[in-house]
Amino acid sequence: MSIRGIEMHYYAVCKRKLWLFNRGIGFEQQHDRVEEGKVLHEHAYGRLDKEINIDDMAVMDAVDGEYVREVKISSKMEHADRLQLLYYLYLLKERGVEKKGLLSYPKEKKTTEIVLGLDENMEVLKALDGVQKILEGNLPRYRKLKVCAKCAYRDFCESGEGGDDV
Amino acid sequence: MSSGRDVFIFSAGKLHRKHNTLYFTDEEGKSRPLPVEQTENLHLFGNVDFNTSLLHILTQHDVRLHVYNHYGYYDGTYYPRNSRVSGYTVVRQSEHYLDLSKRLVLAKAFVQGGVHHMIRNLRKAGEDTKAHIDTINARVVLLDNANSIPAVMGVEGQCRQVYYDAFTLLVKSNFTWVSRSRRPPQDPLNALISFGNGMMYTTVISELYKTMLDPAISYLHEPSSKRFSLSLDIAEIFKPLVIDPLIFSLVNNRRIQSKHFEDTDGMVYLNEEGRKIFLAAFDEKMKSTFKHRKLNRNVTYRYLIRLEAYKLIKHVIGDETYKPFKAWW
Ligand code: SF4
Repeated sequence: MSIRGIEMHYYAVCKRKLWLFNRGIGFEQQHDRVEEGKVLHEHAYGRLDKEINIDDMAVMDAVDGEYVREVKISSKMEHADRLQLLYYLYLLKERGVEKKGLLSYPKEKKTTEIVLGLDENMEVLKALDGVQKILEGNLPRYRKLKVCAKCAYRDFCESGEGGDDV
Repeated sequence: MSSGRDVFIFSAGKLHRKHNTLYFTDEEGKSRPLPVEQTENLHLFGNVDFNTSLLHILTQHDVRLHVYNHYGYYDGTYYPRNSRVSGYTVVRQSEHYLDLSKRLVLAKAFVQGGVHHMIRNLRKAGEDTKAHIDTINARVVLLDNANSIPAVMGVEGQCRQVYYDAFTLLVKSNFTWVSRSRRPPQDPLNALISFGNGMMYTTVISELYKTMLDPAISYLHEPSSKRFSLSLDIAEIFKPLVIDPLIFSLVNNRRIQSKHFEDTDGMVYLNEEGRKIFLAAFDEKMKSTFKHRKLNRNVTYRYLIRLEAYKLIKHVIGDETYKPFKAWW
């Protein structure tokens, strides 16, 4: 089973979203957010090589010398961003390319170096295992999370008939 | 929520693209730009010339093009290629069709939603309709034991018959009302119902288009009957919620009158002015909002249809059992 980078991210954020996305049930992020992301990327990389693609599983923002870079709008989901980047490093290493990662939040003037050590490698393997289990199982039930408020899947997850009229 | 608009073109003329803008030129040669970026649906009622470059620009902006015949009845849709495909959902949709017990659950739910809104319309009309309501209530319980699709259809037909019988009590005008006549509609009220139901059908098509549901796989109606038969299923719930009250209000307030109809060879249909009045009211209704109990925020009637599609997806993928929308106020 090949897992895409975005799916690793979803795994860390919401298992339900991971499952739905994997089944082709996707909902677009609000327009302005997508736009914001695009502008951010233009800005962050200038003339660096953009979008490195590994077998369609991972599209990295840019490769810059010994670093793979990933820029995000906000650090609210830093743990997920980190896992996604670790996964990219892992995919590269599997293909014999050793890189480090840079995770940047330009708006917050914050950049973190991410290194795929032994522990991190284990972490990725464990996450891959977790993803596999989720995808083999039934759709995880909806439980309200903090991230739901900003999630593009929210109306889908929360659609339904409230109240108890007949 | 959704910012898309419906654009209706009534006159004959030409649609053409100049640079990246779309123009409509009428027969007198007057040209006006169409806001293609903000458009979700383009409805052509007049005789309009265009070429494939129009279709390209519509695809680019994800606009549906609906075409109606001379009488204002739906002919077909240009549906830009849909990027929202989920093979998984389609397979599960099919499963709920192939397994009769699963199919019955959904077919009955659509009927229940529709009948709920029929009764609601009758209730709002006052005491006079009490007998009709009682009769419908007595019929609709028969759904519980219906174990075939024709049986479900039969119950639906009976309820609808009683509902239409009460129309003389709901419509206060000099329009005569004998019974529902579809093909062709034989009087103004029937013409209004056919036209309104057609609009509901295209509206549901447009909303389904934004989801991963396959509009050809349906439950109450046979999938083979029409290209977008799922749209017919879902429209069952919304026709009596939206279209019928609209008709009552337009007719009872004398905003639509006999002069808004034409009669050719026993076929009665709305003329251009009548269509304009109806569509303006329809558009306004679909854009109006109410507070959704589950989402806890205001949603438009149009968006309500999308939510219905979401609930259907949730049902077929085994997430949450489908319950039809039932207005509670
Ligand atoms: S709305 Fe909440 S539960 Fe649903 S996919 Fe998004 S984060 Fe997950």
